[in-house]
Amino acid sequence: MKFRIGLAQLAPRLGDVLANLDKHREMIARARIEKVDLLIFPELGLTGYYLKDLVPTVVARPTGDDPMFGKLLAESHDLDLVVGFVEQDPRFRYYISAAYLSRERVVHLHRKVYLPTYRLFDDARFFAAGDSLRAFDTRFGRMGLMICEDAWHISAAYLLWQDGADFLIDIASSPGYGLAADRPGQLASEVTVNSFLRTYAEMLTTFVVYVNRVGIEDGVSFWGGSLAFGPNANELTCAPLMDESLTVAEIDTDALRRARLRLPTLRDERMELVVRELNRIRGNGATESMRSAKTPN
Amino acid sequence: MDLLSRLKIDTELAERLLTDFVRVEITRVGVSRAVVGLSGGIDSALVATLATKALGAENVLAVLMPYRASNPSSRADAEEMVEQLGIQSKLIEITPIVEPYLSAHVDGDEKRRGNIMARARMIILYDQSSAFGGLVVGTSNKTETLLGYTTQFGDNAAALQPIGDLYKTQVWQLAEAVGVPPHIVDKAPSADLWSGQTDEGELGFTYAMADQILYLLVDERRTPPDVVALGFDERVVREIEKRVRQNHFKRVIPPVAKLSARTIGADFLYPRDWGV
Repeated sequence: MKFRIGLAQLAPRLGDVLANLDKHREMIARARIEKVDLLIFPELGLTGYYLKDLVPTVVARPTGDDPMFGKLLAESHDLDLVVGFVEQDPRFRYYISAAYLSRERVVHLHRKVYLPTYRLFDDARFFAAGDSLRAFDTRFGRMGLMICEDAWHISAAYLLWQDGADFLIDIASSPGYGLAADRPGQLASEVTVNSFLRTYAEMLTTFVVYVNRVGIEDGVSFWGGSLAFGPNANELTCAPLMDESLTVAEIDTDALRRARLRLPTLRDERMELVVRELNRIRGNGATESMRSAKTPN
Repeated sequence: MDLLSRLKIDTELAERLLTDFVRVEITRVGVSRAVVGLSGGIDSALVATLATKALGAENVLAVLMPYRASNPSSRADAEEMVEQLGIQSKLIEITPIVEPYLSAHVDGDEKRRGNIMARARMIILYDQSSAFGGLVVGTSNKTETLLGYTTQFGDNAAALQPIGDLYKTQVWQLAEAVGVPPHIVDKAPSADLWSGQTDEGELGFTYAMADQILYLLVDERRTPPDVVALGFDERVVREIEKRVRQNHFKRVIPPVAKLSARTIGADFLYPRDWGV
């Protein structure tokens, strides 16, 4: 199957859901002209990232009767969408969420599992953490969603892969930093993220699609550089640094067959062994701290 | 270990990020103009250049605020920058503003005199920014901010700080790359409060030394003994570590006594860019 994925690299306005909904709809209109079949927006694209105490003011529910989702669901009648937003659950917990919309239905909802609280991040102060990582079927194949920090955990990509995902989609609000002169034109954050995403594509023989936002909030620049890798770890397309853009990746799913003939890691993977060993490690009752306490020195 | 090479930055990328930053943070509040206090030194020359690239020359006002003891060459260098950038400028001598107070209340205490001058310049900059319809763009770099080599509510007062995450040695690189004239880049940094004053003479160590030590302590999170073990003078390492710690109060908002359920600074947490 051949289809087109659009990477909607936009700069949300912090805390302004209506303005961001307009930006989404403009991007959707452009994507239609470009004959995009699946359009992917960044993490918290509908709200902006450094929300802090603004979190409760920008919430949405991924249902048709939500004013914002009603419009996005209607837009999804002819092209599929991945959108990033603040979800409020019925018991007033807030999640950093991503929804996959297709043919006016919510096909899948992912809540960010790993909420970073180090360096400039403070997600867990303001949000509840998701507790599942599930692949899901779409009209283009089986996919898995990760949100930014999720993808820094190798287990997330591994679980989605074992759950059948042939497309790993990572949406992000990744801050740019690191201007080393020996790496002209590349930020440190860009080098790191690209390298592990490429590694996922290579080792898991899957498509990997990364959509990062741009813009500046409280002095932090989000670097963009959205991209897609094919299952041979070949770069399919790459968006510019720091500029708003719509970049299109041409997908040919036959690349999965060819990659797995070359490198059958999926066929040879031994999930039973992984589960058995993880259970042994967990079953020993040995937490990380207990194990390190027993280690000499 | 070649630390100085690790402090080398990709100046093209830095220029892009910082001009975007100046433009976005200023236009976000609904204005399009910037005011910079231009001393003739490298920091303000760099910031004026970045602001000009970000907003256009017609939207930048340089304010030159010499004191009678200021080196005349500083003013000449500032005027050269104004000419080179094609920006508007105003010359406002601070002598008649600060002199009555200094002669009545302050003797020879150079630190107090310097602080008064820095704060007088802040008053003028903020007033001029109001008249010009722009924001005050700060010129503090990472080295002086970490060392506390600044006057609180004086030279460190600004609406935004574009070069606050660049060490002095990185300011030199970027200034050269964006076309600040070599004699401004190369001259000895000075607060220019009295004749012959230099930053490095007053601090007791060079910027090249300070930047390497700060980089190890702050960016690489090394301990002071670790830095000494790497070959740096123990006295200087201790002095720098102490200065960073003792001057932290200049880098944060003053503590607010907590009484209510939601206290500004403690649990009333909005982004700076909220609502603008």
